[in-house]
Amino acid sequence: MPVEETSAERGPWSLALRRFLRNRLAVFFLGVFVLIVLFVLAAPLWAEHVAETGPNETHTVEQLTVDGEKRDVVTVEGKPIGPQWFGAGGKFFLGADSRLGRDEMVRLMYGGRTSLLIGISAALISTLLAVVLGLLAGFFGGRVDTVIARVLDTIWSLPVFLIGLAVGIALAVGGLKLGPLELSGGSLWIPIGIISIFTVPYIARPIRGQVLALSRKEFVEAAVAQGAGPLRLMFGEILPNLASTIIVFFTLMIANAMLFEAGLSFLGAAVQPPNSSWGTMINVGVELLRIQPLLAILPGAMIMLTVLSLNIIGDGLRDALDPRGKQKMDAALQFEAQGAEPGTVLP
Amino acid sequence: MSTGPLLSVTDLRVAFATEGGTLQAVDGVSFDLRPGEVLAIVGESGSGKSVTAQTLIGLTRSKNARIEGSVKLAGEELTTAGDVDLRRLRGERIAMVFQDPMTSFNPVYRIGNQIVEAIRAHQPDASKQQARTRVMELFEAVGIPDAEQRVDDYPHEFSGGMRQRAMIAMALALEPEVLIADEPTTALDVTIQAQILRLLEQLNRERNLATILITHDLGVVAEIADRVLVMYAGKVVEQGTLDEIFYDPQHPYTWGLLGSLTRIDRPRPERLPQIAGQPPSLLDLPEGCPFRPRCPHEFSKCPQYPGLEARLPEAAGHCDRCWLTPEEKRAKRLVEGQIGLEAPSR
Amino acid sequence: MTRFVVRRLVGMVAVLFAVSVIVFVVFMVLPKQNPAQSLAGKNATPLLVENIEEEWGFNESLPHQYLTMMEKVFTGGLVQYEPRIPVDDEIVKRIPATFSLTIGAAAIWLFFGLLLGYLSAVRAGGWLDRILTGVSIAGISIPVFLLAPVLIYVFANQLEIFPNGQYVPFSEDPWEWANHLILPWVTLAALSIGFYSRVLRTNMLDAMDEDYVRTARAKGLSERHVMTRHVLRNSLIPVVTLFGLDFGATIAGTAIITEAIYDLDGVGFYAALAVEKFELPQIMGVTLYGAFFVVLMNTLVDVFYAYLDPRVRLGEAASE
Repeated sequence: MPVEETSAERGPWSLALRRFLRNRLAVFFLGVFVLIVLFVLAAPLWAEHVAETGPNETHTVEQLTVDGEKRDVVTVEGKPIGPQWFGAGGKFFLGADSRLGRDEMVRLMYGGRTSLLIGISAALISTLLAVVLGLLAGFFGGRVDTVIARVLDTIWSLPVFLIGLAVGIALAVGGLKLGPLELSGGSLWIPIGIISIFTVPYIARPIRGQVLALSRKEFVEAAVAQGAGPLRLMFGEILPNLASTIIVFFTLMIANAMLFEAGLSFLGAAVQPPNSSWGTMINVGVELLRIQPLLAILPGAMIMLTVLSLNIIGDGLRDALDPRGKQKMDAALQFEAQGAEPGTVLP
Repeated sequence: MSTGPLLSVTDLRVAFATEGGTLQAVDGVSFDLRPGEVLAIVGESGSGKSVTAQTLIGLTRSKNARIEGSVKLAGEELTTAGDVDLRRLRGERIAMVFQDPMTSFNPVYRIGNQIVEAIRAHQPDASKQQARTRVMELFEAVGIPDAEQRVDDYPHEFSGGMRQRAMIAMALALEPEVLIADEPTTALDVTIQAQILRLLEQLNRERNLATILITHDLGVVAEIADRVLVMYAGKVVEQGTLDEIFYDPQHPYTWGLLGSLTRIDRPRPERLPQIAGQPPSLLDLPEGCPFRPRCPHEFSKCPQYPGLEARLPEAAGHCDRCWLTPEEKRAKRLVEGQIGLEAPSR
Repeated sequence: MTRFVVRRLVGMVAVLFAVSVIVFVVFMVLPKQNPAQSLAGKNATPLLVENIEEEWGFNESLPHQYLTMMEKVFTGGLVQYEPRIPVDDEIVKRIPATFSLTIGAAAIWLFFGLLLGYLSAVRAGGWLDRILTGVSIAGISIPVFLLAPVLIYVFANQLEIFPNGQYVPFSEDPWEWANHLILPWVTLAALSIGFYSRVLRTNMLDAMDEDYVRTARAKGLSERHVMTRHVLRNSLIPVVTLFGLDFGATIAGTAIITEAIYDLDGVGFYAALAVEKFELPQIMGVTLYGAFFVVLMNTLVDVFYAYLDPRVRLGEAASE
């Protein structure tokens, strides 16, 4: 439906907001996500005031005072200390991370910052690119569309993870030099760039489809009759109608990007030392699985929690912004001999 | 020649459990079908005509449905028939043709194979080759050219009219005694409609095939029906022979249907006449006659539920559900000299 | 049909070409570092670097470099330098492990996924249906690198029911082969069973409402005949497409991580190792071979899908 440029425009959005708030599951997981973000944002505070150590500082040969007793941070056999909770005043809250004796809690927080940063940035760039490409392709059609659609299809049919691996490692080793642009191998922009580019088709194709459909609708014809140029049409008329799709996709994209990054980082092809992310932490943790399973499971669980939250929020947004999608389903269940809940038996 | 009716429907009632309550889709429908007869069941969407037709062969049976009354095919009771018996008679004794031939065929199988499937389900001893030959014969009988090639075509390779002919061919495959055609022409172009109707009429004549034709279009009825049943809100509101219904209609709803037909033998009306209002929600029917809200001739007796009775002494088979006297009806049904229904004054 | 297949094959070649160009650009052109240096690996001597420069023609024009690279790929000239082993041999000998893992897991998830999907569709609304919905949501959300460590810790380390990993070839000991693969199979399958059962269920429920199912019943076909030859048949089509794409993605993605965590010496493991050790020739090789396999799978799926659904074949021609 065309969006009217009157004060009634606030109507649909506040309606959607109310619908979303009624979805308790989505609201709950929105809260979870917010907590996770706060958790990682608190990293520097925790590091400085509670743990009194940074994410990369090693404490291999040190000792920790726990409830009066002195314990090795890392035993002679190489076993890192387990979670201390508040036993040592918050230091090594979740224990030490490996033979290097780094504070796992601090690393978890800082790693999360990297993961979320990459996930959100990649999703932003990817969504932006996808919207632009989708608009251009769907609106102009013809040759523009053919070129863009072919490029998208080619990227779409690539084994994305594998190529992401290859590209990631190549650039990690050699850095990037593309004309005036130079990046060192450890720059976070490399994984962000890779993930963005390879996830563009995921959003661009549906958006292109929607733009194609919208461009043929009457309100666009009406605007053309009023003398609107292509830019005003694309951004003024069509884009607002894509808003809900874009929002939903963006949310889901963050989850996808984070999973992508975690996979690449786990294998060493995305985030490079001295940076770390939840993905790299799992790599470390898997080696010590027998001795201290928490080291692998904690970052994995954090990823899962974040991804799950984002997926549920995304679903909730979709229901809130396009309830007709669900309504259409309900209409199909109406009277035509199958009107009741399965299992209802007439008296 | 058989004397009694072939199909005998007595007080058929079909109710569904829905979120809004119990919905009585068919509320006491009775009729007989004699061998070789064409019976038309006419009504708007929601009148219950399709549900009636589908119930005859048990297609509406489900956990949410309650079916009462009797449907007898040559004496055999169908409403309580077991699954095996039901399967046997479907296609073999009563065959059905549906409204949209595009979606009524499975898109991934060739049309020929789908008909062969029907044949071999009932005649397992028939070889594929025999069945195929039969399909080609059927195609010719219904007027599909190039039968041998078309047998191997997929549904989307047929045009709309051809598809419907193929549907009819499939229905005839096992030489049923009764053919039920549920809105067979609604999804087709007007010119194709005429062809299909001619085909149905021809099949009825040549094979003495008793036919029940479900439609909302009285124009379609006029071409081939022998008798007509007019349904509204799940009930029969008028029934009689074709001539009785067209030349001496007794129920205001029928007048409305007739009045909304466009005819070439009359001057063009200013506006296409329609029956005012909407078909009622079956969950919220008025007390008494269901047509009251839309009837301009409503009077004091209407809140009493009218029975379906023959009110004309000279026509024992012409029944209707309207309290008006025959004289009142003959007067009120004329709008500007033609049979029709004016809008209610409220 | 042949025209369709030919069109698809041409598309396949085009994509593979694109992949090779990407690999070329990414490995040879983009990096700041001298590509010969990268290829030579960590402990390269200047002499080795020089030799590589000669061999690969880095002093020539870009198109020439590309052709040299492709020549090496096709003639088995792609080698890792330290020690000097041809990459394609290494990949080929690891294929059995990867196939054992992925095909085994795929068989499990398809079998159970489809079975459970069919049952929950036929008994929609029942307890089985509800349980599967929950399982499916859980399955989609648990990443493989969480599930695998948990399974290993619980079943291999603590309960010691299954071994910790490593691959035993079937020819060596069929029992151990399976024993070592059970946890990895469960890991890969668990993620997908719930999802596939839901997909099939949804498709079947949709199909049951279709007109052609009503026609089939009106023809007097038995309920089982209707369910299998009409409902299931039509519902499987989207599942097949999904599976084809999924399988390709699994081999080129999830399987790599699974092999790495479980220490299974397959192609994915080889890739992971190459990444860890920064071995460029290995990664190039795996990427190209992996891409070839995935694109081949996608093409096969497309062709099979057109076989199953005749509307697609003609649809293609119509849209040209």
